[in-house]
Amino acid sequence: MKKQDILILYLSTSSLESDVIGWARHFGDKKKIGMPGDNDSPPYERGIEAIHDGWKLFQTSQLEQHAKGDEYRTGYLKYEFFFEKIQ
Amino acid sequence: MNKNKQNNYLLTDYQMAEFVSKGYLMFENIIDNKTNKKFLKEIGHTSSALNKKNKNQSWLNEHYDSIMKTSKIPLVKAGTPLKKAYTKDSALKDVISNPILSGAIKSLVGSKSKLDHHFLHITFPSKYYNKGQQKLSQGNHNDCVIDPREKTFDIQLFYFPTAVDKKMGGTRYIPGSHFRMVNEFAIARYHNIKGQKHVICPAGTVIIFHHNIWHGAGVNNSDKIRYAFKIRLMPAERQIKLWTENSFKNTDNEEPLYWNNGNKKNSVREILQKTEPWFEADSGRLDIMNRIRLWRHLTNDKNFDAAYWLTRIENDFK
Repeated sequence: MKKQDILILYLSTSSLESDVIGWARHFGDKKKIGMPGDNDSPPYERGIEAIHDGWKLFQTSQLEQHAKGDEYRTGYLKYEFFFEKIQ
Repeated sequence: MNKNKQNNYLLTDYQMAEFVSKGYLMFENIIDNKTNKKFLKEIGHTSSALNKKNKNQSWLNEHYDSIMKTSKIPLVKAGTPLKKAYTKDSALKDVISNPILSGAIKSLVGSKSKLDHHFLHITFPSKYYNKGQQKLSQGNHNDCVIDPREKTFDIQLFYFPTAVDKKMGGTRYIPGSHFRMVNEFAIARYHNIKGQKHVICPAGTVIIFHHNIWHGAGVNNSDKIRYAFKIRLMPAERQIKLWTENSFKNTDNEEPLYWNNGNKKNSVREILQKTEPWFEADSGRLDIMNRIRLWRHLTNDKNFDAAYWLTRIENDFK
């Protein structure tokens, strides 16, 4: 049975060409575990390298207009990209 | 640290700027071994207990309950002044009375700070958990719900009475994340963030965190119990010039922007503008602006700026 692996990347801008600043891995194989703090080095330097390595992009975050009065408040990481590999 | 006229330690301007910028200050090995041992004795620590063969999930839970019921850590009501929280002869009184730590507390939240809560975090070696209940590391989170305060902040002291090595899975934290307004474990999806750090320290280390910093506990892959005693403190006064006893003035000069001689000086402005490896290209700039806003508040100087970040957008002829 083929299973889905998930890669989540957070990038420094909305461009897939920009640097990876955050990441998470999840595995279809239940013997493998991806957990917080499991690696201090990103799997790729830039987002596009995941595509070069065979990951299929299936979701990205939207660019949203800044709410009036809240333009300078920072919060969640903005540029989220979801990839999958079926293997 | 600086000493005031009464010979008490206070944070330096650079240390304050570092706290504003990074959201934490680390004091390695400042609590002496005698106090560390006293604390471990008071909580009923016993390393030999872990050598027994009957370790399992229920034993660990019972052991934790036992420590909570029998240790000398006092039950303290929220809002109790820190000065009254611990008895004279206790190890925790010795910890908070350490002159460097006491000076840092005074510098950040004042001399009238109150205890919100305290807690002894105990992380047992993962191999003692039942089969099939493999311990996972804790997700990233901050220790609050959505906290809208932009100027006032609480601090959390993390006291490590034993050395923490890499295998012990010390607290993971994200420098510079304290201005990000998120809601607790909503950020658990962020498994790894570039520039994340893990506590590795000698016994007697205390880290003071801004209450909003992102963090999470690691898995303990060693044979030793890992302890972290946390004390959350809230200020009882406006946090203005507390580390300088009201004598501070922003005096270092602003250098020309971008086109300059490249001779960067170690200054408050430089510290406030240091980016983190995980900063987005756009939001990271906003984090720097928020640091400058907090520095304006702490120094009561509405005109302070670094690299014109705020002055530029305030030059508005309405």
